Amino acid sequence: MTTSTSPSKPALSLGPVYYLWDGPKWRDFYFRIADEAPIAHVTIGEAVCSKRLHFIEPHVGEVIERLESAGKEVSLASLALVTLERESQLVRGLVRDSTYPIEANDLSALHLLAGRPHSVGPLVNVYNGATARLLASRGATSICLPPELPMASVRGIIKDNPGLAFEIFAFGRVPLAISARCAHARSKGLIKDNCQFICGEDTDGLTVETLDRQPFLALNGVQTMSHTCQALMQELPELAAAGVSRIRLSPQDCDMVAVAEIYGDAIAGRRAIDESLARLESVYPGVPFSNGFHHGQTGAAWVKVPASLAIPAA
Amino acid sequence: MSLPLAITAPLSFVPIIAIESVVQRVFTRVIETHPGLFDRLADHANKRYAFLPSDLPIGFLVEPAVPRISVHRKERAPASDACMEGELVLLLALLEGRVDGDAVFFSRDLTVSGDMEAMLALRNALDDCEIDLPRDLARMSGPFAPLVRRATEEIRERALGRVVKEEAPQWN
Amino acid sequence: MELICPAGTPAAFREAVDAGADVVYCGFRDETNARNFPGLNFSREELRTAIAYAKQRKVMTFVAINTFMRAGQETLWHQAVDDAVALGADAVILADFGLMAYTVERHPQQRLHVSVQASASNADAVRFLVEAFAAKRVVLPRTLTIADIARLAKQIDCEIEVFAFGGLCVMAEGRCSLSSYATGKSPNMNGVCSPASHVRYRQDGRELVSELGDYTINRFPAGEAAGYPTLCKGRFDIADERGYAFEDPVSLDVMDHIDALRSAGVSALKIEGRQRGKAYVAEVVSVMRRALTAGAAERPALVSRLKALSEGQKTTTGAYEKRWR
Repeated sequence: MTTSTSPSKPALSLGPVYYLWDGPKWRDFYFRIADEAPIAHVTIGEAVCSKRLHFIEPHVGEVIERLESAGKEVSLASLALVTLERESQLVRGLVRDSTYPIEANDLSALHLLAGRPHSVGPLVNVYNGATARLLASRGATSICLPPELPMASVRGIIKDNPGLAFEIFAFGRVPLAISARCAHARSKGLIKDNCQFICGEDTDGLTVETLDRQPFLALNGVQTMSHTCQALMQELPELAAAGVSRIRLSPQDCDMVAVAEIYGDAIAGRRAIDESLARLESVYPGVPFSNGFHHGQTGAAWVKVPASLAIPAA
Repeated sequence: MSLPLAITAPLSFVPIIAIESVVQRVFTRVIETHPGLFDRLADHANKRYAFLPSDLPIGFLVEPAVPRISVHRKERAPASDACMEGELVLLLALLEGRVDGDAVFFSRDLTVSGDMEAMLALRNALDDCEIDLPRDLARMSGPFAPLVRRATEEIRERALGRVVKEEAPQWN
Repeated sequence: MELICPAGTPAAFREAVDAGADVVYCGFRDETNARNFPGLNFSREELRTAIAYAKQRKVMTFVAINTFMRAGQETLWHQAVDDAVALGADAVILADFGLMAYTVERHPQQRLHVSVQASASNADAVRFLVEAFAAKRVVLPRTLTIADIARLAKQIDCEIEVFAFGGLCVMAEGRCSLSSYATGKSPNMNGVCSPASHVRYRQDGRELVSELGDYTINRFPAGEAAGYPTLCKGRFDIADERGYAFEDPVSLDVMDHIDALRSAGVSALKIEGRQRGKAYVAEVVSVMRRALTAGAAERPALVSRLKALSEGQKTTTGAYEKRWR
């Protein structure tokens, strides 16, 4: 699969940390990203649960400063589920006060950001070109497409919107659902209103197994994630050829600098795909990879792409 | 709520072929009067559906596309794509859309197995048919017509009250 | 408050009208609606007949076109909207922004309602939909308390419809890929959650085992009430605990809160269940109709009639009460 006009290679971006990490861990994570990772765009902030915000708030300033001085472009994520008045106020405050671009993760942010450049996160339903056009007409400049989109949809949406930057969720446990109810707290005998931030105990999610003891999902507060880690690696050449601008890595509790390096090398064609995948496995061991959504199959599936299709573009 | 012995006992002795001829006529009549059934079934008309009344020694195999219904003793049940099991009055009430399939599944009065897509298609197709057995079968005659009528009366008398069961099973 | 009732077939549609519905909602027999189950839903001709039946009895018809247009297949959704409008739908219920934009452009006079699948859970979200698409009504997600709803109603220039009885999504609606993660069929794109094609029931000794795709969803001991094979109501193991990780198999039932919802400013109560049989529709609609006119004291007796129809034969007030969270 070669094209005569070789598209520019996608850049790496880092999505917000979906898990609850304590302040220092969160800060140190980003310091290291700033200092070492070949990542161009970094979105920070709490997208999952408004109750967690105070953990990171004291460190946001220093993290932004460090990232910016390392030349990273910083955006701030808005909340994915906004139901309480307090949460509405948080989003309004974020939009009003931020001098940084905002990643909209729900409809309220889309409303408040109208007419002002912003990005759209993977938790907003963009399933077709018309929706992307509508969002662009209201100020969206880049859209991270929902992880469940198959490649045919990705291709169609990009083709319909030549002026927009598109991002693909290429690494990380997939955010599958969000609820007003906190399954994570419930699983430890607590309720959301008195959760004691118990989700902070599971810095990479809490495994949900079927009754046959088959690992299946991962709880992260009010969010439910896949047990598998989506790893679009074999698909990078195809994504680049389709005109994807950014490859998003979603932070897991593993060496994300190494993950970024592996993806960076794979995009640049410096290392064979198989070897890149093997390295990725050693950096994030014990969690199976999946890429089924991309191939229009069961999301949890792992599809081996024939080597002939996965040759890095020279 | 099981069928009275007066209905079930003779079935052990009646030749299968005789029962079959009755139900085949019932089945043909239903299909003639409700052509919309096939529209909703679409490709699932080609599947084989087993209906096993838990209170009878016999089962029914329905092949809508043929169209054919065959009767067999349970120990010699032929292969099917999808299977539904419950008391006869319940199966007949479902056929008439007088009980909600999901509700009797939740209450465990009905069990289903096999190709769920096919079974769901059939359930939904039947639900739209407004089958009324006494009405649809009014013109039937023959030696077993009274048996069929008695079964349909059973539905009226007993199955209808099921939906509003006062004593829901205990849960957890 | 209007009573909005489900219909998966023309027969159920007539039952709903006859049982006292103010409005019946239904969808076309394809992927454009979120109850795309085998053998269910309406052909164009069936919808035409149904709408005529309803109109004669002064009942309205809403058409749910509430999945998300798959890129490259938009025509299917566009056609659904065009046909619903041409057939005289009193409102179209939409979830996809692209489809809303299409509808506003092509059919500016058509009354547009926002499906629960759009997940508009706060005032600013509703304002987005009113401003961008002139939405007249929004169906609120089942994530809000009654107090949340009352507060929201005061802030928006749009009618509110809420679910009052039936299946309960535990996750924010329209934002759940659990089913496609396990089966490859997406509720958002294919209109089906826990598709029957991937459901298996088997008997294991005395237990009924339900499986979805490659995953065991539940094991029901003999005599225990069962539920749908949906992932959010499955039984799972978390560390050493076994149980319903997200929600028990239950139905939503807010019968006890009818007056509170009315004073919160809710315009319409919706009954879930387009996938259910006409017997369910007839029973629930007539009970809910009575409940709306009955005094609060008479309602508890009505509730018990509906429990037997419910998933797990149990009901919950869900997120309408804060402690559910």
